[in-house]
Amino acid sequence: MSTRTLISPAQLAKPRGRFLYWAVFAVVVAAFTLVFLGPLYWLASSGVKDPQEVIQTPPTLVPKSFTPGNYTRAWDVMDLSRLLLNTTFYAFGALACQLVLDVAAAYSLSKLRPVLGKAILGMMLATLMIPATVLVVPQYLTVLDVPVVHRNLLNSPWAIWLPSVTNAFNIFLLKRFFDSIPKELLDAAAMDGASPMRVLWSIVLPISRPILSVVSIFAIVGVWKDFLWPMLTLPDPSKQTLNVGIYSLSTGVPVNILIAALTIASLPTLLIFLVFQRNIMSGLTAGGLKG
Amino acid sequence: MAAPSLTPSTADPARPARPRTAAPPPPGGRFARSLRRNLTAHGFLIGAVVCFAVFSWYPMIREFGLAFQKTGNGGTSWVGLDNLETVYHDPAFWQAWRNTLLFTLLALLLGFAVPFVTAIVINEFRHGQGYLRLLVYLPVMLPPVASVLLFKYLYDPGYGLLNELLGFLHLPEQQWLQDPGLSMLSVVIASTWMNMGGATLIYLAALQGIPGELYEAAELDGAGLLRKVWHVTIPQTRLILSLMLLMQVVATMQVFVEPFLLTGGAGPEGSTTTVVYLIYQYAFNFNNYGAAAALGLLLLVLLAGFSAAYVRLSRAGDE
Repeated sequence: MSTRTLISPAQLAKPRGRFLYWAVFAVVVAAFTLVFLGPLYWLASSGVKDPQEVIQTPPTLVPKSFTPGNYTRAWDVMDLSRLLLNTTFYAFGALACQLVLDVAAAYSLSKLRPVLGKAILGMMLATLMIPATVLVVPQYLTVLDVPVVHRNLLNSPWAIWLPSVTNAFNIFLLKRFFDSIPKELLDAAAMDGASPMRVLWSIVLPISRPILSVVSIFAIVGVWKDFLWPMLTLPDPSKQTLNVGIYSLSTGVPVNILIAALTIASLPTLLIFLVFQRNIMSGLTAGGLKG
Repeated sequence: MAAPSLTPSTADPARPARPRTAAPPPPGGRFARSLRRNLTAHGFLIGAVVCFAVFSWYPMIREFGLAFQKTGNGGTSWVGLDNLETVYHDPAFWQAWRNTLLFTLLALLLGFAVPFVTAIVINEFRHGQGYLRLLVYLPVMLPPVASVLLFKYLYDPGYGLLNELLGFLHLPEQQWLQDPGLSMLSVVIASTWMNMGGATLIYLAALQGIPGELYEAAELDGAGLLRKVWHVTIPQTRLILSLMLLMQVVATMQVFVEPFLLTGGAGPEGSTTTVVYLIYQYAFNFNNYGAAAALGLLLLVLLAGFSAAYVRLSRAGDE
């Protein structure tokens, strides 16, 4: 990083400046590790304590007892395999719906430019101005009795998948990216007789890989972290998500089992983050700067 | 850092050059061609539009209807302002607004200042930036149930780690979630820990866009550290700061999950009852959708101003 920041390089080069820099650096790194990794260590280490130690006063920083069996018991008692499977199913289904429908919509709005396209985009973006929690009640009533087809989507994965498509922010990000693809490139393909579908598939999508990965990660993480909506629309215990399932069982199990379950539940998204952190961070700032 | 670029790279050497034979123009006159082009375009749009219509636009309209209707066993009837009156006379009404405003205020004090200062500090480091960024964003990726229940465990007055820490520092122990005067602050602390990563990274990106010459010029004028922050850093990031402020107001006024999971929603003596929790109660505990919609409408009207200001500002920033 060669950019010039608040503190001048000349100041840093002096012995006093260098000492201060390293002192502050050490304190900050230690504090951050304590504040952000500390609780996670506490979570994972408490998960191996036996029932007495986990609720003992004063708490022990290093577990004295070692019962890794808590993790397998949590897995069985809270039926974590089913919850994980359910959540994965909802997350990837939502991802598929969003990729197909939102990408097609953004492509149409950006490159095919139909009549009324601008108005439709405006109406989509207008939904961003409505506080999401206000819409939960009418959305829930809609899911109970979908207009025109009169279907009840309660306990159906479609109750998660279809509303996830109404992500105006994704459409906005995708459209803005598609807008920056040079027109000549697509015109040349059209001259060769490529259909709009073919242009989307063979030219637009390969170029758009960076934005597609950003949108995909946020789609999955969004479903994974959601709580209120799946709690309302998937009340059947065998269909619940990880968040809701653990919450509804949280008061009925011993503390050490609950903590082991929380540790397991934290792992998938942490792994996604460690693998894709660059995409996630670049996507965050791409969206954040304009919103 | 070599982050993947978010602008398309058009140079693709792998794409084989195909012989160019111009396709014959599609049959039909100009009108037919235009019609066909529009049909194709709308074909691509239709899926998303249907989803928006059913799960977004229709509920939006319905929200307004519900607020002035009553659904009983005799069907639905218009009741005018009855629902608003019910909501207004609920003893929890003012308390919920007070709590929500308190949460927003505390969350802004913590959740607005802490990420900005954190970003400024991280931006000064020539080492370890990646590690610190990773740490700050880590909690954002956790499922909320995991982080909230973890905090519940940390806050526990009997075996929680936080009181142990206070004891170690010779400070009095606290009833974090049981004390009505402290419960909301405890919710805010947990919420800030969970959510500050996103804001920090956005500020960090904004800070890295500040031209270094400005700091040099300020130094030539004899400005110290704080004056440089005040006269260079803050003016240069003003747009993003105000956008984030508006966004955080809109988000924190809608707080629900954190108090719901930490204190069961209402909390000791109703001290963590928020407006959205009240909406939730009307709708899903008392089956009073009209009251829920009426209260939702009040929240919507209040937040619409902030949302509009946000859209205005971000448009201005685009130009």
